[in-house]
Amino acid sequence: MLTFVARRLLLAVPVLLGVVFVVMLTVELIPGDAVALMLGEHATPDAVARLRDYLGLDKPLLVRYAAYVGHLARGDLGRSIQQNRPVVDELADAWPATLELTLAALVLAAAAGVAAGVVSAVWPNSLFDAAARVGSLFGLSMPVFWTGLVLIVIFALWLPWLPVGGTGSLGHLVLPAVTLALPSVAMVARMTRSSVLEVLREDYVRTARAKGVAERLVVSKHALRNAAIPILTLLGLQAGQLMGGAVLTETVFAWPGLGRLMVKAIFARDYVLLQGAVLVFALAFVLINLAVDVAYGALDPRIARQG
Amino acid sequence: MAIAADALAGPEASLAPATLSADAWRRFRRSRLAMIGLVVVALLVLAAAGAPWLAPADPAKQSLIEKRARPGGKFLLGADEFGRDILSRLIFGSRVALLVGGLSVAIALAVALTLGCLAGFAGGVVDVVVMRVVEVLLAFPYLLLAIAVVSALGPGVLNTTIAVGIWGAPTATRLVRSAVLTARESEYVRAARALGASALRVLTRHVLRNVLPTVIVYSTLFMANAILVEAALSFLGLGAQPPTASWGLMVSSGRDFLLVAPHIASVPGLAIMLAVLGFNLLGDGLRDALDPRLRGQL
Repeated sequence: MLTFVARRLLLAVPVLLGVVFVVMLTVELIPGDAVALMLGEHATPDAVARLRDYLGLDKPLLVRYAAYVGHLARGDLGRSIQQNRPVVDELADAWPATLELTLAALVLAAAAGVAAGVVSAVWPNSLFDAAARVGSLFGLSMPVFWTGLVLIVIFALWLPWLPVGGTGSLGHLVLPAVTLALPSVAMVARMTRSSVLEVLREDYVRTARAKGVAERLVVSKHALRNAAIPILTLLGLQAGQLMGGAVLTETVFAWPGLGRLMVKAIFARDYVLLQGAVLVFALAFVLINLAVDVAYGALDPRIARQG
Repeated sequence: MAIAADALAGPEASLAPATLSADAWRRFRRSRLAMIGLVVVALLVLAAAGAPWLAPADPAKQSLIEKRARPGGKFLLGADEFGRDILSRLIFGSRVALLVGGLSVAIALAVALTLGCLAGFAGGVVDVVVMRVVEVLLAFPYLLLAIAVVSALGPGVLNTTIAVGIWGAPTATRLVRSAVLTARESEYVRAARALGASALRVLTRHVLRNVLPTVIVYSTLFMANAILVEAALSFLGLGAQPPTASWGLMVSSGRDFLLVAPHIASVPGLAIMLAVLGFNLLGDGLRDALDPRLRGQL
C-alpha cells in the first residue's frame, strides 16, 4: 500500500511541472506587448522596463520556466501587479472561502446524489425514479450562474429568507453551495443509480437475498460498497467541476474566494496573480485525484497490489 | 434461423435495409427522450438559420421608453434594460451559441483526430508524449483552461471559440486514441494488414470508420458543454462583448435588475438550458442507438 501511494505521488510530479508550464505559456499567448497591456496606457516607459525586467521577459522561455519553478519551490509566486503584494498572500487570504464553498457543495453532491441514486435504483421506474431522472437531466443542463440568479430572486428577493450574497453566517453559505452543487448532484445521482442497478443484478446479491439477508443490508453492504468505486471516481472528477463552477458561483454571490480573485485579476490584467490562482486550482485538482486514487487502493486491495 | 430472427424483430425489421445507419435510426426512434432532443436541436438550427425572418423585431433596436417592459403585449418575452426585444435577441443569440459550439467542436475534433490517431496508431514515444500533454491539460479543473486561454487572447466571439475548442481537445484526443487502440487490435484490422493493406489505407478505411460512432456521440455531447462554457465565459465578461446577442451576456446584463425586472436575466437562461438539454438528449440517444458500449465512457 505504501509503495502504491509513493508511486502515485511520483507520477503526479511531471503532471504538476507540465501544469506550471502551461500556466506560464498563457502569458506567452497574449498578442502584442504583454507588459504594456498589464500596466495600461498611462504607464511610464520606466515602469514598463522595470516590470519587463522583473518578469524576465527578455530571457528565453525555458530559462524563465526554470526560474519560475525555482521560485515556486520556495513558495514564491511573485508579486501581484495591482496590489504589489506577494501573490501567495493574496491567495492565502482567498482560498479558505473557496474551500468552504466547494467542500460544502461536494458534501451536498455526495449526500443528495447518492441518496437519490440509491432510492432510484432500489425502486426503478417508480414515481421517484422518474422525477429524479428528469430532475437530473435539467440539473445537468442548467447554467450554474443562471441557477444562482434564479435562487437569489426566489429565496433572497421574493422570500426574504436568505442573504443575496457575501459571507458571514451559515445562511450566507446555503444559496451558493446549493447552486454550485446542483449539476454534481445530478451527475452523482445518475451514476449511483446505474452502478447500484448493475450490482443488484450480480450473483452475490442474489445469494445474499436467498440466504435471507435483510434488503436494507443487501443494499447498504453488498450493493453500495461495490458500487462505490465508480461513484468515487466521479466525485474526484466533480471536484474539478466544482472548482470551475466556483468561479461562476463566487461571481454571482460576491463570495470572496479564489474564483472571484481570479476574475478580478483578469480584468485588472494582473497576469502574475492570475497565474498563481490558476496554479492553485490545478494543484488542488491533481491532489484530489491523487487522494481518490489512494482511496481506490483502500477500497479495493486488488488495485493497490497491481500498483 | 432467419425466420426466427425475423419473427423476433417484428415485421418492421424485415422491411428496413440492414445498414448501420438504418439500424441505428430504428433504435433512435424508439426513445422518446432522444426524439425530444432531436426536435429541440432542429428548432434551434431553424431559429439560427431563419433568424432575420423569424425575429419579430430588430434585436439591436433600442426603445428607452419601453425599457424593462414585462413579458406580454408587444414584447412576447419582455424587453431588456435598453428596451430591446428579448425574444428577437434570443433568436439571434442561437446563432452565437451554435456558431461557437459548432466551430469549437470542429477545432477539438481536428486536434483530437490528428493527435489521437497518431498516438493510437504510432504508439511508442509519440503516444507517451501526446498522452502526457493530454494529462497535463486535463489537470486544469473544468472551465479554467478556457478562462486562462481567453484571458490571454482577449474577449470576443472568435477567441471564445478557440478557447472552448482548446478546452475540449484533450478529452476528445483521449477518446479517439482509445477508440483507435480498440480498432487496431481488432480482427478485421489484423486481417486487412495480413492482406497487405498499407497503414494509411487501414487507418482511413477501417480504423477511422469504426471510430466514427464515438466521434459523433462525443461531438453532440460536446456541443451541450460548449454552449454552457460559451455562456459562462460571456457571463463573466470574457466572451462575446456587447452589443452581441449572446445568451450568457444577456443573463449577465440582467443581473442588475433582478428585483425590478427578473425576466431580463431569467429568460435567456431558459434558452441556454433548453439548448443544452436538447444536445444532451440527442447525444444520449445517439449513443444508445449507435454504440451502447460507450455508456460508461461518455
